[in-house]
Amino acid sequence: MSEGTRTIRTPALARVEGEGEMYVRLRGSEVLDVQLRIYEPPRLFEALLRGRELGEAVDITARICGICPVAYQMSACEAMEDALGIEVSGQLRALRRLIYCGEWIESHTLHLYLLHAPDFLGYESGFAMAAEHGEIVERGLRTKKAGNELIAAIGGREIHPINVRVGGFYRAPERRELEPLREKLERAREEALETVRWTAQLPFPELEHDYEFVSLRPAAADEYPIDRGRIVSSRGIDIDAPRFDEVFEELHVEHSTALHARVRERGAYLAGPMARFNLNRDRLSPIAAEAATEAGIGDGTRNPFKSILIRAVELVYAFDEAVRIIDAYEKPDAPAVEARPRAAVGHGVTEAPRGLLYHRYEITEEGGIAAARIVPPTSQNQRSIEEDLERLIAANAGLDDEALQLRCEQAIRNYDPCISCSTHFLRLEIDRV
Amino acid sequence: MSAAETGALPKLAVWKFASCDGCQLSLLDCEDEILSLAGEIEVAYFLEARRATVEGPYDISLVEGSITTEHDSERIREVRSVSKRLVTIGACATAGGIQALRNFADAKEFVAAVYATPSYISTLETSTPISDHVQVDYELQGCPINKLQLLEVLGAYLAGRRPEIPATSVCMECKRAGNVCVMVAHGTPCLGPVTHAGCGALCPAYHRGCYGCYGPMETPNTRSLAGWMRNSLGAERPQLAREFRTFNANSPAFRAESERQEEAAGE
Repeated sequence: MSEGTRTIRTPALARVEGEGEMYVRLRGSEVLDVQLRIYEPPRLFEALLRGRELGEAVDITARICGICPVAYQMSACEAMEDALGIEVSGQLRALRRLIYCGEWIESHTLHLYLLHAPDFLGYESGFAMAAEHGEIVERGLRTKKAGNELIAAIGGREIHPINVRVGGFYRAPERRELEPLREKLERAREEALETVRWTAQLPFPELEHDYEFVSLRPAAADEYPIDRGRIVSSRGIDIDAPRFDEVFEELHVEHSTALHARVRERGAYLAGPMARFNLNRDRLSPIAAEAATEAGIGDGTRNPFKSILIRAVELVYAFDEAVRIIDAYEKPDAPAVEARPRAAVGHGVTEAPRGLLYHRYEITEEGGIAAARIVPPTSQNQRSIEEDLERLIAANAGLDDEALQLRCEQAIRNYDPCISCSTHFLRLEIDRV
Repeated sequence: MSAAETGALPKLAVWKFASCDGCQLSLLDCEDEILSLAGEIEVAYFLEARRATVEGPYDISLVEGSITTEHDSERIREVRSVSKRLVTIGACATAGGIQALRNFADAKEFVAAVYATPSYISTLETSTPISDHVQVDYELQGCPINKLQLLEVLGAYLAGRRPEIPATSVCMECKRAGNVCVMVAHGTPCLGPVTHAGCGALCPAYHRGCYGCYGPMETPNTRSLAGWMRNSLGAERPQLAREFRTFNANSPAFRAESERQEEAAGE
């Protein structure tokens, strides 16, 4: 290989949500520039939320992302409830976790089977993979459907559910509405265990890094982080949501309509399944923990390519948790906790399928939104993605352009980037001098 | 001669403009149908689902998202030029989406409110539907669209007929579903009487008023509904303006009503 500069460029990343480009320039094994350029047009949510009524943030922010609308609804609700000084607990909170489990299942399965697995097996799409591995793809589709059915049962529909509101729900489901799901979810949990076994034998490229993992950690000793908890990291961060801005900052860089987040005076961090798993392995249900051990990641992992395996383990957990919630469900007396507006600032943070999702709102005395701030997971991971690419390219510079490009795209997909979310967010190109 | 007659599968392309991805995701949410659909249609361009692309022209293009940048206003013309039929899917593509709230404000100020360095951002002052830029063959409304209606549109195309998508109101679906009217029985403001059917009257079934995410029905009487909500339910004009100004804010009927309420509130 010559010592000239090479450029590797993927002008429109495929099998990711939204519009981004990869641009990489290298000389030999020296990486000169790596950019995940996000050119998805900005939709300016934080601006358009101003002047709306506080309850409207739930449905409006859902429209940031069609794959993880529940995450937006949940973070918005938590933030507004923080501002109003109310707490949603008991069965209402359980219902929130339940609908959130549905979203983790739907989103993780879509990514795992249709977007990411084809990279490991050398297919350009899930459709191409289905032609030779029909049963596997069909299993994925069944699993995904189980997640969507769960969301629709509680939320009315799978994309942009209509039943979530500040304080709880418009209507709490009857027990008999949820019971028929139980058997399906148990069956799907068995298939999720097969998914763990199947992903465990995929060929994982070598890449390890001592990331600063950031995720929620719930107070209750038997809870894996989904809907609440303190923000913790593998390097000692341990804060409540209101201190988010003290610890993290967002930078506006020229190549991206997404803002880059970092730990102040420290740098990149990693949010999402790999962070949640490494920081909360002790919180998995016994079945999910056993699946992780059997798959060889019982002691954690720092290989980002194994995020696909962690998503499979989280699928098992989500099904397990959903069954547990349905078994313990009793319809609450009221579908929501009511509250009067007051002038206040509210913070909410939950675990979207792709990681930490932070919302902050300033509310007026009349209940209007005076200011809004939303920090989605992909913009938090954007710097980590670029750093992974730098490490990956330096270690694999001997590959030809096409092989290197594919490997880089696979590394981006490790993060299941959601570009629509992060815009106020991604392009990949490799440039060798 | 149609593609089916020549033996080749018709080619489908899926395009994204400013949007949340939810409407194209609806296609992948057809878990029971997607693999058989892929046997009837060649999924020739669909970046969210596949890396390989087949060159146009395409027999049918599904377009998601609204036009908010100069670049996209050029890109949609290219998409049109390689598409035999162009179908817009969702509120962004048919009406401009929630991001069209900038059309009622100062877009430059919006950018400055979100980004530290506004000069890095190039965006238009408005968010506009696809039909403002190119000829559209069919518009499927909804935020998000109903995936069964999407299958109907694709199925109709495969069969060479017009899609059968009723342009009546949510009220029609609500009555058929046997729901109690939330406005009559509970005094809850509801946009059902002026909103395009298609969701299955979900909100009223969950004891909530329709919030108009499917956009205006054919010939909606928004003025009458707004008057009713004001006089009988005591809704204030600013609230009414907000009700009509959400995911289909820039659709002509909803736009006119929200502006009417805003002007009257200012008098």
